[in-house]
Amino acid sequence: MKPFAYERAAEIGGAIAALAGRPAAAYLAGGTNLVDHMKLGIASPQLLVDVSRVLDARIEELPGGGLRIGAGVRNADLAADMRVRERYPALARALLSGASGQLRNLATTGGNLLQRTRCPYFQDPTTPCNKREPGAGCSALDGHTRQHAILGASQHCVATHPSDMAVAMLAFDAVVRVDGPGGPREIAIADLHRLPGDAPQRDTTLEHGELITHVELPSLQIAARSTYRKVRDRASYAFALVSVAAAVELAGDDTIVDVRIAFGGLAHKPWRATLAEDELRGRRATKAAFRTAAHAELAAAQPLGENAFKIPMASNALVATLRELTMPGAAR
Amino acid sequence: MSNAIATRTLGADVGRRDGPRKVTGAATYAYEHPLTDPAYVVPLLSTVARGRVVGIDAAEARRLPGVLAVLTHEPAPELADTSNPELAILQSPAIHFRGQIVGAVIAESLEIGAHAAALVRIEEQASDHDVVLRVDHPDVFKPDDDGTDTAHGDAEAGLRAAATTVDATYTTPQQHQGAMEPHTSVALWRDDALRLYESTQSVHGVRETIMEVFGLRAEQVEVTAPFVGGGFGSKGEVHANTVLAVIAARAVPGRAVKLALTRHHVFTLGSHRTPTIQRVRLGADASGGLLAITHDVWAHTSRMKAYIDQVAAATRMMYAAPSIATTHRLVPLDVPFPSWMRAPSETPGMYALECAIDELAIALRIDPIELRIRNDPPADPDSGKPWSSRNLVACLRQGAERFGWARRDPAPRRRRDGRWLAGTGVAGSTYPVFHTPGSQAQIEFRDDGRYEVSIGAIDVGTGTWTSLSQIAAEALGVPHERVALQIGDTALPYSHVPGGSAGITSWGATLFGAARAFRDRHGDDPAPGDTVTAGAPDNPAEDAYAMHAFGTHFAEVRVDADTGEVRVPRMLGMFAIGRVVNPRTARSQLIGGMTFGLSMALHEEVVMDAALGAIVTPDLAGYHIATNADVGDIDAAWIDEIDPHVNPMGTKGIGELGIVGAAAAIANAVFHATGTRMRDLPITPDKLLRAHMALGA
Repeated sequence: MKPFAYERAAEIGGAIAALAGRPAAAYLAGGTNLVDHMKLGIASPQLLVDVSRVLDARIEELPGGGLRIGAGVRNADLAADMRVRERYPALARALLSGASGQLRNLATTGGNLLQRTRCPYFQDPTTPCNKREPGAGCSALDGHTRQHAILGASQHCVATHPSDMAVAMLAFDAVVRVDGPGGPREIAIADLHRLPGDAPQRDTTLEHGELITHVELPSLQIAARSTYRKVRDRASYAFALVSVAAAVELAGDDTIVDVRIAFGGLAHKPWRATLAEDELRGRRATKAAFRTAAHAELAAAQPLGENAFKIPMASNALVATLRELTMPGAAR
Repeated sequence: MSNAIATRTLGADVGRRDGPRKVTGAATYAYEHPLTDPAYVVPLLSTVARGRVVGIDAAEARRLPGVLAVLTHEPAPELADTSNPELAILQSPAIHFRGQIVGAVIAESLEIGAHAAALVRIEEQASDHDVVLRVDHPDVFKPDDDGTDTAHGDAEAGLRAAATTVDATYTTPQQHQGAMEPHTSVALWRDDALRLYESTQSVHGVRETIMEVFGLRAEQVEVTAPFVGGGFGSKGEVHANTVLAVIAARAVPGRAVKLALTRHHVFTLGSHRTPTIQRVRLGADASGGLLAITHDVWAHTSRMKAYIDQVAAATRMMYAAPSIATTHRLVPLDVPFPSWMRAPSETPGMYALECAIDELAIALRIDPIELRIRNDPPADPDSGKPWSSRNLVACLRQGAERFGWARRDPAPRRRRDGRWLAGTGVAGSTYPVFHTPGSQAQIEFRDDGRYEVSIGAIDVGTGTWTSLSQIAAEALGVPHERVALQIGDTALPYSHVPGGSAGITSWGATLFGAARAFRDRHGDDPAPGDTVTAGAPDNPAEDAYAMHAFGTHFAEVRVDADTGEVRVPRMLGMFAIGRVVNPRTARSQLIGGMTFGLSMALHEEVVMDAALGAIVTPDLAGYHIATNADVGDIDAAWIDEIDPHVNPMGTKGIGELGIVGAAAAIANAVFHATGTRMRDLPITPDKLLRAHMALGA
């Protein structure tokens, strides 16, 4: 760990000013990811600007029934909020399936969106990694790929995004509000995270110095009938091999009026399954239709040495989740 | 759970004496001993799996304020004995594994040390390396070890004559002990003597090794370890970290140095369980009588040092057969040094054997419990000696009743509950009753009316503080509150390492010997200051009998048919362990071992990157150990067993028995649930899903 300076921001504007023009400065909120990276030697900011006290930590009603979540809201508090649990159950479940109780007490909403991949080669500074050091090469390509991407990867990077929370937010078309040197702006969550392409060092479309201030969940009837299924190696404290956030709205004759599907564990970003959704809208809710939709989404999958299992696992998890949501007697 | 022998404190459900200190944080672990102004040691590690250090530039690090020294192999620190390559650190530029100590920084603070370590530029020249275990490796060799290969009868003929055979190959991955407290040393070199606060399973063992490596006399080395946060074998021997701490202490005499390995370091420097490849062949007649058992084992070792676990040892004595043959072969690789991990031999070996017995039972259409009972040997098949006691059959019968085995339909893949496939499995367990002679204890009657009982024993977190107090009280015939126990220091009478679950057995026998000597000399009404130091008399029964603990594991599993996720809602262990010193700590030990076995079955795997020679699971997020959520209804029980031969208490070691066979019970239950035989541990969702796809399920 290299020496660094630490400043506690008094307000958002000051924090942004502190980072502007200083490429080696970073925001610190919960610290559950960044501090680990500093210890591992894969991040060495010269200045940490602590925004944990100035970030909004409230969850507020938006006109029309949506929610505005302060970036400083802790994962544990967001998961426990009754409005989240009732209107966006997949989000509450996703949050509770992530990390551990101790980590959820500290980790923030903004920080959760910005957590970096758990690729073991990224986390080991003695191995080549294009995400850590562009041009160094990708160790995973010849190595251990069980956790790695099957969708949207590139020859430069096959890492996956580790967040559960972001997968549920993506299914609900959350909007991310940021502030920065160029002023405030909003980003559809689908446009926040990026695919690696030839710049895997960039996880998101945020510019240096931009700070997530809020996440807005739109009013969304369908979200009340949603769930999150996480498939993992042990029952707690493990990253997803595959995860699914899904919501379904049925007409009286079991026709799918609307559907939302997002996958975790498959790509460099949370993966919105638009092909599967398109396949399902207007169809009857049958197991065969669910399977067809899964195939439509996963047809483009390009497995590596050890992660081909993710294709049937994602397909099965999606079919099982949609069946659970559409079974007679399913919640609401 | 009554005991035929009337007891006062032996067998009593006594709460942990050290409990309040531990839960309030007052118990001092190695790193926590208050010492004035300590310095901190940060190791520098190799980043290639084989090769040499060709240059070290530490100039910038040495200039950093707060850096006291940078140690490298130039000049090599002086060691008196370099015969153990694991401990002969910094003696040459050679690199034998990735993560080897190639230097160290000593600094005023941990932060300065870490910063300085990042400033040291180490140039390495890599050679071709190999970290992959395979049976056809060109360097495979037969270790020079007594009893590596054994053969009774003609196994090949037995297999040819058999009506039914099983021939299956099982693999277990490299595993990691994962003690909660990392390996830690606090060392102070002053006035030509060493004071060491160490996280160890044996204070006297550390003293002996450090004396040898550094050429010191016993009185120059003091080792203290009152509390240890787990070892599971990884702290049974001295590893390179302790040698580095002592080298560092000698580099800054008069100043204490602290070296706590990080979790990453522990995976390479703290030792590991070797991966194994095991071929088991069984032949039986039509009624299930075993005619032949063969068990062939391949494991890896460091290219620098042959380490062997006698993985097939239990196969030689578990079941009766006219022919039993075992072999062990090692493949030398460019890997960190392996060592002991909880039941080093029996854990992987009994996984394979007990799965193979299950496969044979299915092939024969005989209940697996009945098959085991049919082949229960009247005497030890290996030595021919009578058993001091053997109650595997009683464990099978009583466990089956308690678990509800009689209702079981043996057909696989028949029970479905929604998305879950359900099944149950059974496996046997055994562990030898070891006794390590040579320990001494001192008993002194104090003026406060208590007996001060001193022995250089260790509590690695298992409850030794409590159980030894109970044994001493029993031996002296007083309530346990009147025993003031002293353990965990080389200033106390000599004690051997409590390996092989021999701690309570050996120390307890020593306390009984010392108590008898005390009463013989000072009677039942001693005067304050009356003291005796003595050990245990020889146990003539040791050579006359084969001594083992036995047990059975029952497991219920549920497998998600969509994803291959395995859950274990229920586990029951039924054990035959002689007399139980303390049912509370005994139960903790047994269910802890069973949880270890569950974790082995489903989760644990050190994954090595073949190209880099690197561990890619070097932390507890990557190396999965079972969490609370993975453990369902778990229970351990024991039968009434009186063994008059093992030792004065009638106890058998239980620290390792609980893990042996547990993984097999789960793997057998997974077969019963899914119809898929998983022979390669751990049984992870991807493997089950692949197997199911292959079955067309």
